[in-house]
Amino acid sequence: MTATTDAELTYTSDEMMSIAAARALSNGQRCFVGIGLPSTAANVARRTHAPDLVLVYESGTLGSKPDRLPASIGDGILAETADAVISVPEVFNYWLQPGRIDVGFLGAAQLDKFGNINTTVIGDDYANPKVRLPGAGGAPEIAASCHEVYVVVRQSRRSFVDRVDFVTSVGHGSGKGDRERLGLRGAGPTLVITDLGILRPDPDTSELMLSQLHPGVEVEQVREATGWDLKVSPELSRTDAPTEAELSTLRALKEASK
Amino acid sequence: MRNANEVGNVAEIVSLAEGVGRLVHDGDMVALEGFTHLIPHAAGQEIIRQRRRDLTLVRMTPDIVYDQLIGAGCARKLIFSWGGNPGVGSLHRFRDAVQNGHPVPLEIEEHSHAGMANRYVAGASGLPFAVLRGYSGTDLPRHTDTIKQITCPFTGEQLAAVPALNPDVSIIHAQRADRAGNVQIWGLVGVQKEAVLAARRSLVTVEEVVDELEPVPGQLVLPSWAVTCVAEVPHGAHPSYAQGYYERDNAYYEKWDSIGRKRDSFEDWLREKVFTMEGAK
Repeated sequence: MTATTDAELTYTSDEMMSIAAARALSNGQRCFVGIGLPSTAANVARRTHAPDLVLVYESGTLGSKPDRLPASIGDGILAETADAVISVPEVFNYWLQPGRIDVGFLGAAQLDKFGNINTTVIGDDYANPKVRLPGAGGAPEIAASCHEVYVVVRQSRRSFVDRVDFVTSVGHGSGKGDRERLGLRGAGPTLVITDLGILRPDPDTSELMLSQLHPGVEVEQVREATGWDLKVSPELSRTDAPTEAELSTLRALKEASK
Repeated sequence: MRNANEVGNVAEIVSLAEGVGRLVHDGDMVALEGFTHLIPHAAGQEIIRQRRRDLTLVRMTPDIVYDQLIGAGCARKLIFSWGGNPGVGSLHRFRDAVQNGHPVPLEIEEHSHAGMANRYVAGASGLPFAVLRGYSGTDLPRHTDTIKQITCPFTGEQLAAVPALNPDVSIIHAQRADRAGNVQIWGLVGVQKEAVLAARRSLVTVEEVVDELEPVPGQLVLPSWAVTCVAEVPHGAHPSYAQGYYERDNAYYEKWDSIGRKRDSFEDWLREKVFTMEGAK
């Protein structure tokens, strides 16, 4: 976590990541929120530019409006502030599966160049994994059925790999056209937001390429933190530094959760 | 076939030790449900205390409650969709069992949340399997043989099929029951109703047994004739929470990370917090 100074504001690369992820969400969107980084970003968005963002949590809450970051996916505050509280089968069958959710907001332990996500095992042998991760949770069907998917994850050679060891949730499979072949109805990962920049799928191949750099980050640095030969978009742009309002909102939410 | 309650039978109010003793047997398929809220921790520890073995444990989110049962050697198999310490990190006893076979090897059957939820729905509905849009393109079907493809007989679409879950016994925690054994739950209700209705026998631990169930907005009521046993266990969901009674003990989840991390510290915990309580309930 490097601290960056930009016009008197000091912020960390993690804060930049959360704020960049928050900015990606539009007001009024219905967003299926994973815990951790996605939940932080979604709650910053709701308290800044997207007050009518609808937060859906897999524990069974539609339209949660927490005033602090939930400690878990089923934190009581999510139910107490929700428009509706529903059962878990209903979340998946009535709300997610038919395509009622605009954005699925996911994290990842491992991500590959086609945006496939691994949260199951590290290592080639499923029966004897090097590291046993928590597993799928709601992610496979979130990645399949939301209109699009945003992934928020810290970038490193360990997490950004050429091919994931295990496909827990499908991104763009092995390339363009795979989602259609598999019968997956949403568009899949359209944005990957990291602590260094933002990646988007190449429209021709669906391979993730670097399309945006956060302030103070150079292309070489991002390529160094990527386990495949990362392509750079011809329209590479720079992320605006966090505003004072964005930073104070993020910090207040974190402070309130302590 | 499914419900242990004979015609006219209603839930019996018993002690926790009696409920677990009567309903949970070695080798059973046992589901403890509660999605972050109302997790039946006290019942889980009672199963450890009564030294049940070779259980097939079923749970969407095997968090601390199953880390404890797995670490104590009660389980031979786990059917699940997400195994972690929510908001903290890994389950170290679960990892030790999967990676090193300690204290006993643990077979796993791994699904997604949507798959598990639908397996309970099928079980509660008296159907052999459930259909969903799921798993397509993932590596899960290669390792989990309870995920199959099915062709819709009407449209020809390819969908996923998963078999019903019908546990020998399901255990949940609820806020209240009345003296007749009717159970009242509110807040996040997860998959508890489906788990109870899918099971052959069921045990519901409750914060309190009251004379009359006062209605609460958004409540779920399980009628007495759909439940086998009810046990009054105040604070029975700790360290998870019971809406209207107590908050989630987030510090305990943090603390569990260090207790569960090492075999020694876990054994100490078992001795001090589980086995010395023998007979106390």
